[in-house]
Amino acid sequence: MKSKKGILFILPGLSGVMVFYLIPFLDVAVRSFQKIDGKFCGFDNYQKVLENKAFHLAVENTIYFVLVCLPLLLVLSLLAAVILQRTGSLGKLCKSAYLIPLAVPAAGVVLLWKLIFDNHGMLNQLLLWLGQNTVDYMNTNASFYVLVFSYIWKNLGYTVVLWSAGLSVIPENIYEAAWVDGAGKLRTFLSITLPNLKQTAFTIVVISFLNSFKVFREAYLVAGNYPQQSIYMLQHLFNNWFRELDMDKMAAAAVLLFLVILIFVYMLHRSWEEEH
Amino acid sequence: MRITRCAGKLCKTVFLGLCAIITICPLLFLLSGSFMDSLELSELIAPVIQGKEGMAGWHWIPRYPTLQNIIELLLDSPEFYKMFWNSVKITGTILIGQLVFAMPSAWGLARYEFPGKKQIYFLYIILMMLPFQVTMLSEYLVLDKIQLLNSQWSVILPGIFSTFSVFLMYRFFAGIPEEVLEAARMDGANEWQVFCHIGVPLGYAGIISAMVLQFLECWNQIERPMAFLKQKELWSLALYLPEISTEKAGFAMAAAFVALLPALFVFLYGQDYLERGITATVQK
Repeated sequence: MKSKKGILFILPGLSGVMVFYLIPFLDVAVRSFQKIDGKFCGFDNYQKVLENKAFHLAVENTIYFVLVCLPLLLVLSLLAAVILQRTGSLGKLCKSAYLIPLAVPAAGVVLLWKLIFDNHGMLNQLLLWLGQNTVDYMNTNASFYVLVFSYIWKNLGYTVVLWSAGLSVIPENIYEAAWVDGAGKLRTFLSITLPNLKQTAFTIVVISFLNSFKVFREAYLVAGNYPQQSIYMLQHLFNNWFRELDMDKMAAAAVLLFLVILIFVYMLHRSWEEEH
Repeated sequence: MRITRCAGKLCKTVFLGLCAIITICPLLFLLSGSFMDSLELSELIAPVIQGKEGMAGWHWIPRYPTLQNIIELLLDSPEFYKMFWNSVKITGTILIGQLVFAMPSAWGLARYEFPGKKQIYFLYIILMMLPFQVTMLSEYLVLDKIQLLNSQWSVILPGIFSTFSVFLMYRFFAGIPEEVLEAARMDGANEWQVFCHIGVPLGYAGIISAMVLQFLECWNQIERPMAFLKQKELWSLALYLPEISTEKAGFAMAAAFVALLPALFVFLYGQDYLERGITATVQK
């Protein structure tokens, strides 16, 4: 309905958003061009951030993390979603099991992760039993994979549900037509299922990318403020700059990260609009 | 032919089952650990926690089940109660706040055309996607200015105005057919009545989904309380749990298990809504 009355509905919420998010962020954006004492300093802060060694390490690790995790998560969850597609109550039970990590607090899993991945842990016991060498997962570069595992563990169910939603809107009669034409299972999957999931896949990629920032909880609880080098992520960097009140660097870095995310969200938004 | 089909089915079942075991194993781990006595526990985890010789192991069923940990937790640890209550207060206030602010916002955006609407919607989507680290500094500055740092409002207020719920309810409100609303207006209902008597009941599923997802998010949040709450008495449960020393592993696990129960309850009760909420991001 065309009516200004809509504004009245959104005004209370919008003012809160303005006060707590929008205006302070604009303030931070302004500060990113200033020294701590408030003098304008152009792109100095940005230069400082971009030349910062810890920043390089964190960006590299974060990008690498996303590049490893996303394909792995997408493939595993799609596989599960496709298998679950035409199953009854057993499938529902599986989905519930996959979603449970959403309810488990990070602190609850950290001890288990330690027990599994420690030098004297259960995984190494298995390796010994198989006649392999043990790996100290917590204190070497292998800690990266502990984090990858945490991420997959946490997000698998969420992503399976998203894929299932995408699968459920593919019209059944396309499949039937393909079967009548004698197409095999693999063939139908490749030429019907996959092409029809393009839209869903894009949304899932963006959402999973943004969820990857939340893996910080597990990383932080397992390894503290200064973890092993290979899992020093952007989130650690932000957290450390925050604790040291490195305002100028932090403001510039926040704006940079914001811009990267803005690009992703814009693309997602465009694809949603096209859908309508 | 039949053999390959059987093998295929077996592979699928094994894959699904393996995934399910991995996702629920922390839950079973906490459950079994909560009922283990300290001797058995330390025997199992000492190689990891205290660096003793040998390898760590686990009994998924305690050898000598005991209620010792649960009793100590419920009768003898005022700190746990305090933090539990803090979590209830913080989460509860955020959810109520979202009903008051996010619900009308979603309705306004979904059902009316007015200048600036598209821009506001886009702004809300960006804000919902931003990780906490990006807004941490700006939130800190504003909370400092209005002197709310180190009070629970520093976690509650930004939580109330988080835009994810608006987005989710928007998706459900937008699906209500316009004719229904028109009919109500013909009968003389004003816009507020249309919202309360038609919008809310018909968008019920979206509202519940948003509440379920937000509950899980708030109950387990760590980043914001860690950044803004210095005083320990104000902490939420999720922040307090890692503080329990691993020396008292049985107690720590019992605490984590009890902390998990409300989330688990909401999860089991609202699972259909949870799925519909997640689904709303990919479907029209």
